[in-house]
Amino acid sequence: MQITIGQYFPGRSALHRMDPRAKILLTIAMIAAVFAAGTWLGYVMLFAFAFAAIRISGVGMRFVLRGLKPIFFIVVLTFLINIFFTTGGTALVHWKFINITDKGLYAATRMALRLILLVLVTQLLTLTTSSIALTDAIEALLKPLSKIGFPAHEMAMMMSIALRFIPTLLEETDKIMKAQQARGADFESGNLIGRARAMLPLLVPLFVSAFRRADELAMAMEARCYRGGQNRTRMKSLHFTKLDAQAALCVGAVLALAVIL
Amino acid sequence: MSIISVRNVSYQYHEAGDQAVRNVSFDVEEGEFVAVLGSNGSGKSTLAKLINALFIPSEGTVTVCGMDTRDETKTWDVRAACGMVFQNPDNQIVATIVEEDAAFGLENLGVEPAEIRRRVDWALDAVGMSDYAQSAPHMLSGGQKQRVAIAGVVAMKPRVIVFDESTAMLDPVGRREVMQVVRRLNKEEGITILWITHFMDEAALADRIIIIDRGEKRCEGAPRAVFRQTGLIRESALDVPEMTALAAALRERGVMVSDDILTVDEMEAALKNIRAVR
Repeated sequence: MQITIGQYFPGRSALHRMDPRAKILLTIAMIAAVFAAGTWLGYVMLFAFAFAAIRISGVGMRFVLRGLKPIFFIVVLTFLINIFFTTGGTALVHWKFINITDKGLYAATRMALRLILLVLVTQLLTLTTSSIALTDAIEALLKPLSKIGFPAHEMAMMMSIALRFIPTLLEETDKIMKAQQARGADFESGNLIGRARAMLPLLVPLFVSAFRRADELAMAMEARCYRGGQNRTRMKSLHFTKLDAQAALCVGAVLALAVIL
Repeated sequence: MSIISVRNVSYQYHEAGDQAVRNVSFDVEEGEFVAVLGSNGSGKSTLAKLINALFIPSEGTVTVCGMDTRDETKTWDVRAACGMVFQNPDNQIVATIVEEDAAFGLENLGVEPAEIRRRVDWALDAVGMSDYAQSAPHMLSGGQKQRVAIAGVVAMKPRVIVFDESTAMLDPVGRREVMQVVRRLNKEEGITILWITHFMDEAALADRIIIIDRGEKRCEGAPRAVFRQTGLIRESALDVPEMTALAAALRERGVMVSDDILTVDEMEAALKNIRAVR
């Protein structure tokens, strides 16, 4: 089984070497730029920037475009909804109840472009940042909030443990499925509801074992002196470099242009 | 003074329940390799958890490096001095990258980053996992995962490591890998080992064996002296080593080989000896 969400593409490019905190912040800035842009020229510039960044990252263009596949349906759907349900402007097509206006076409295209840009930009973050760097960065960025009681360290810890156990639990699911199939369980035939119901006996042993694992892991963590985030140090500390400043300048310029254009 | 001292210790999980460990006493000296042998449900795992303050004895005292485990202010010092490796390799690895996991304990202790780096590299080297420093734990074999878990403990530089059936879920190759690493840590680094197991052949490698049955200590001594007591071992629901069992059977039928034979080589020598005499 393969999970494509947040897939990491190992590499040594400038984007890979950037500080993960900077990458998260700049990704947010880029998202702002995508929403700020209003003109065709603005979109052209954003696409040019996104493709340039993909080029720099060394992640193959085909690999990045493949990541767009899951949202293809959503893009088409929003495009159609926008095109049919926007009113006003001059009518381009008018046939029975279907009514397409130039304004609708414009809004629909804009929406589709925005969605594609958003996915391209955020995908670039997860493709060039390992999950562990990502959790470290989230912890560091949320740290100021821990003063007002926000559990920044705990959240990061939970995320990294979840990531650690995804493959383990997938493997276990597979094992339980095979064990039940060997005794005549049927997961493949039947309609959607029937198949969903067949999965139910799978969840019970999976949950039981997940709880047992959690219990043992907690004990192992305690045995290694884990007592929350206080007075904890990290082997790898995060450092901003010149690279991050350069990237921030580029993104800043893009954001400014997106607003002006 | 002994590095671990267990005095009249009893433990019960629930107040009304049976005692999982009953009035057990023993000592472990610095640098020793001691095996605790017991069948399923004998209380040997409970005993392991009593030693590094995961459980606190209901009665009696456990002292580790001079610290009483009942003293709550010392709990973390006890755990830093006495590391523990568990049975299931999957359920004790915390991080998504091998070297991050080896660093976990040191990060918890608040060690300086540069020092963590140095000790992680050293620990991974000590268990022979340096080549896998950047790997994801789920891509490793059971024996390799268990070695990573050992590295995580060794990096904290404990004086004692308790292994709670750490080979029970491994295949023979993994068992051998782990066993080699542990013996080397004992010989070369001088780390005291408390090896909890139900495998006879592993216990035979220890300096001393303690047999636990139904929560009670049944006997204690050098492997040869313990294995000689075949009746007691069978009573404790354990298997007598094959050659010791064969020796006992031969003696019953009047072939007077020695009763403390452990290996095939020793048996061969003993039999040849008898033939030569005849």
